[in-house]
Amino acid sequence: MATPLVGYLLVAALLFAIGLAGALTRRNAILVLIGIELMLNAANLNLIAFWRYGPHPEALTGMMFAIFSIAVAAAEAAVGLGLVISIHRHVQTVDLDQITRMKG
Amino acid sequence: MGIAFWLIAAFTIAGALAAVMLRNLVHCALALTVAFAGLAGLFLQLDAQFAGFAQILVYIGAVAILVVFAILLTRSSETPKDGGVFSRTWFTGLAIAAGVFAFIGWALLESQAGLPHEAAVPIATVQMIGSALMGRYVLPLEIVALLLTAALIGAVIVARHEKEGTE
Amino acid sequence: MLEKADQIFVLLKDWVVGFLPTAWQGAAGVVLGVIGIISVFPALFAIAVLMERKGLGRMQNRLGPNRVGPFGILQPIADAIKSLTKEDIVPLNADAAVHFLAPVYLVVVAFMGFAVLPVGRNMVLVDMDASLLFYFAMGASTEVSIFMAGWSSRNKYSLLGAMRAVAQMISYEVPLLMSSVVIVMITGSLSLVKIVEAQNQYSWGLPHWYIFTPWGFAAFIMYAIAATAETNRSPFDLPEGESELVAGYFTEYSGFKFALFFLGEYLGMLSISGLGTTLFLGGWSAPLEILTWVPSWIWFFSKVMLSIVVLIWVRGTLPRLRQDQLMNFAWKFVLPMTLLNLMVVALWRFMGDGWPRWIVCSAILLLVYVAAGRLGMRRKHFGPRSYRYAE
Repeated sequence: MATPLVGYLLVAALLFAIGLAGALTRRNAILVLIGIELMLNAANLNLIAFWRYGPHPEALTGMMFAIFSIAVAAAEAAVGLGLVISIHRHVQTVDLDQITRMKG
Repeated sequence: MGIAFWLIAAFTIAGALAAVMLRNLVHCALALTVAFAGLAGLFLQLDAQFAGFAQILVYIGAVAILVVFAILLTRSSETPKDGGVFSRTWFTGLAIAAGVFAFIGWALLESQAGLPHEAAVPIATVQMIGSALMGRYVLPLEIVALLLTAALIGAVIVARHEKEGTE
Repeated sequence: MLEKADQIFVLLKDWVVGFLPTAWQGAAGVVLGVIGIISVFPALFAIAVLMERKGLGRMQNRLGPNRVGPFGILQPIADAIKSLTKEDIVPLNADAAVHFLAPVYLVVVAFMGFAVLPVGRNMVLVDMDASLLFYFAMGASTEVSIFMAGWSSRNKYSLLGAMRAVAQMISYEVPLLMSSVVIVMITGSLSLVKIVEAQNQYSWGLPHWYIFTPWGFAAFIMYAIAATAETNRSPFDLPEGESELVAGYFTEYSGFKFALFFLGEYLGMLSISGLGTTLFLGGWSAPLEILTWVPSWIWFFSKVMLSIVVLIWVRGTLPRLRQDQLMNFAWKFVLPMTLLNLMVVALWRFMGDGWPRWIVCSAILLLVYVAAGRLGMRRKHFGPRSYRYAE
């Protein structure tokens, strides 16, 4: 029996919440980025699920959106992690509880 | 709901939970890889083969490796000295996330009657995707290419050794 | 009769599956295909290991293994028994779960790549629309397992080897994909079955293999270089440099887990040779029109074993490249050449059928190759060679 759309949307919502929790509660900057990646993936799952069950799947809108989202997320992860590495080189830590000032 | 969906969804959620809760950062990165693989499985179940394989190729093959390299280059693989991997304000964050999930979940379950239960399998051949990319979506394609180039150059510049720049 | 010899495995599978009720026939067919892959490719692995040891031995002016069986033919059996009965040592500080999962994951992902290779006419396990993308997705996943192996051993040398291996594999992933994109551009499909069928035509007795075109030849050379680097083979084997890093990322593995890593590496070699055969050498099609009576799977496996022989030959001949040299080579030479190749293919299609396009495309590729080579050698001054012989 096919899975109804609601199943996929609930999984995506749960993934989004887990990613949000990770991004908001952990001390390490890299884990914040991991949380962001999870949130982006949850959104991708939503997009593909709606494309599949939506009215015009032959227009490929959802699939295109998801593919571009994957590309943009990869670019954003690269730049974000480059920034984290650069910050580490500067203050020798990536602990977000300690990096609380803008003064370098 | 089929058994395959439950298994893959459980796999994904377990991986995501492990990715945000474990102490050792490298274990978190590996659990994230498991979550990505589970998501690729879900995409394949939704008959989106191109997106599923692109997910494996880009996320597992590149983003996960990038995260792991960053963890190793910032010495975060050692356990933190002053204990506690959760920040001081962890409760607020958890409450916000729980609130977001509760809200979205309630909205989904309320509107469950209006959502489709099944639909015919769409045909999404790679040829159609290629025509769409070169036809209707050519402008986003070119912009994404520009974005990736900018991100590549930007990441290299941001992460370079400062000594070379200032001397 | 020859038709039957060509399709013998398909007919065998249909006959076995015919005994089962109709509902189970599809799944049973797939299971039989999987059993076929799991039995054939490790057998080829055993042959490849033996060929490597004997071949390298002869190239290094020594005999290879020659004690077990006539001319050492039964050496793989001795190796198997040894690796199964050796003590499995796990370091005290090692991360036990990740340490255990790394070789398992490598072997699983290495086997997945074989699912989409068309081994013969009508003989492919899964015929997907995007099978080439699936293959590269599986290839990209092997990097994670190498990192897991290197990191979980808590050993500086393992970690260093793993980092080098992952950096090298990522650097050469892009030329590998770009040289395959050229084939996709000409065929118009990502499906490996269609790519082989497009090469299965003959003009004046010669086949339409893509290696016989100028851009295909250039792409094949770059694919071969990238494939050698992807599988961490010499001259790109610094990550497992036997004289420098003990054994690189699998230093701390012994017994069966080491055998699994070895299996995974050789399976990777076999599958990437299989893909190279499918993309450039025509897959299961015969070299000359008069030879099409030979069964298709014999051609496929001969071409794969020929590629393995060439890989072993290169290993015995060329010296190892240093890490920065090989990364430089990937990003500054191979990648621009693959991009140029893409433009040459577009030009090829644009010029239409006829002899001018051969000359123009070959000229562009040759000129840029020679110019880039000269440019790269500008700052290097080679003195006259001097030899010192051992007294």
